Amino acid sequence: MTLTEKILAAHSGRADVSPGDIISIDLDLVMANELSAAVAITEFRKIKGATKVWDRSKIALVPSHFTPNKDIATATLSKMMRDFAQEQNIEHYFEVGRGGIEHVVLPENGFVGPGMTIIGGDSHTTTYGGVGAFATGVGSTDIAAAFATGEMWLRVPPSIKITYEGSLRSFTSAKDIILATIGQLGVDGAIYCALEFAGPVIRELPISGRFTMANMSIEAGAKNGIFPVDATTEAYCAAVGKKDYTIYYADKNAEYAQSTVIDCSKIEPQVAIPWLPENTKNASDLNDIEVHQAVIGTCTNGRIEDMRQAAEILKGRKVHPRVRAIVIPGSQKVYMQCLKEGLAEIFIEAGCVVSTPTCGPCVGGHMGVLADGERCISTTNRNFRGRMGHVKSEVYLAGPYVAAASAVTGHIAGPEQLGKPVAA
Amino acid sequence: MILKGTAHKYGKNVDTDVIIPGRYCNLIDPVELGKHALEDLDANFVKKAKPGDLIVADTNFGCGSSREVAAVALKGAGVAGVVAKSFARIFYRNCINTGLPIFECPEGVDGISDGDTITVDADQGIIRNESTGKEYKATQFPKFMQDLIAGGGLLNYVEKRLQEKAARTT
Repeated sequence: MTLTEKILAAHSGRADVSPGDIISIDLDLVMANELSAAVAITEFRKIKGATKVWDRSKIALVPSHFTPNKDIATATLSKMMRDFAQEQNIEHYFEVGRGGIEHVVLPENGFVGPGMTIIGGDSHTTTYGGVGAFATGVGSTDIAAAFATGEMWLRVPPSIKITYEGSLRSFTSAKDIILATIGQLGVDGAIYCALEFAGPVIRELPISGRFTMANMSIEAGAKNGIFPVDATTEAYCAAVGKKDYTIYYADKNAEYAQSTVIDCSKIEPQVAIPWLPENTKNASDLNDIEVHQAVIGTCTNGRIEDMRQAAEILKGRKVHPRVRAIVIPGSQKVYMQCLKEGLAEIFIEAGCVVSTPTCGPCVGGHMGVLADGERCISTTNRNFRGRMGHVKSEVYLAGPYVAAASAVTGHIAGPEQLGKPVAA
Repeated sequence: MILKGTAHKYGKNVDTDVIIPGRYCNLIDPVELGKHALEDLDANFVKKAKPGDLIVADTNFGCGSSREVAAVALKGAGVAGVVAKSFARIFYRNCINTGLPIFECPEGVDGISDGDTITVDADQGIIRNESTGKEYKATQFPKFMQDLIAGGGLLNYVEKRLQEKAARTT
């Protein structure tokens, strides 16, 4: 069995499972944000016989998308979730100011670990595959059902194995690798499948980079993306206080629907141009594209390692006069760490906004919505039409190095294309 | 159940952001959501679509966000069903859970043009293009999903599971 199949078998009380089997799995963690929770709570209330959630210690509720609330409608959604958390005595509720973006908050608080089954009312729940969990996004009614039963039915996905060979070039990050992968697979290349990441480059990758890659598995249509557990994973779990987990390994004779090898030595910093994440190009080939805004942060690239990459570029440099650069640490912890390390100062000196943690601009919600004809270079995960605002605005996806470099030059640029920083 | 209406045809990778843009994700009411269905893909859709019409699309329909309001918005706009070559997986589950009929049928999609009148026998999965007289068979749902749909959807299934659990513990 593959790594995904091993975890699903163990959580469905079966000796083995095969792709296509429809099984019911026991869930270790169920997550929702204020958008998915509001509908889930409404559905939960309709279930006869469900007055209490199945396990108040295995549910995490995180206001993140339109928070701090931008208007009355979104404040109402947040209030619904807050009231439900109090009523059900939910152990893990992260109020504004004590949390941030769910996919940054849950790992750093030790809630996700190897071998777990996790569903979330957010498509980027795939992020937790970074530590070897089976994690997938679902809609609100599935969340309501999980609140009541702690179970979910699913079809066992075939697995696609992607092996990353070679070594990373300078200024090429996990984001560039996953963008290149989606460029190769296509946005439906892994539809209904699991992605299993492997190879020497993966073994060298810090957990933050693994989260970035697992996060975007959904952009290839995958049900989940998963990394093998190794010493790096175990060190991460120890650091965040994650205990009591089970490590599963793929069998040597596991069957994969497809196996692909990607040579990372050939991957330059990447940019995905509108309107799909599969439209990947080398950043250095897009120098004639002017940008008006840069967003650095979110569930894809809002961890401290991402902030350090952006700061490395922005230190001693200035954001281009035409560009608004918006830096969004993914959580209060990341924000605090930015302050301690002097990164916030670097960003502000450069002329960036440093925002409270929020999903805001990524979903065209608030804190950086685009007008007609505006163009943004962004470390987010989707560049669909109208994603960040006006239907005629454009989002170009990139990693923190490229987003920061482009903020400085005013057009899409790789870090190697920058001049020397001014004396700080 | 027989569905009959005009086909509104779209291409590949119709994402949930164009089905219902993020700026409307602060809404819950199906009718309000329906007013903005497909707004960023086809601003005329809501004006031209009549209740009971169907959407016909290429591969990976509903890719992107987990927002269940995408399925709800289509229903709110009066869409009776979606025929596509393939569906993104979260959207697929959301349609089953919200009761929006979906049909996977690559040949049917190729054989239907924008504006054709189509009839769908939802129980048999037979799609008939009334404009050409041709018939197509949609991929059958696995047995479990058929039972789930026939049993009144996920919440009814959950109620049964809760009863089973209660019976085991008493």
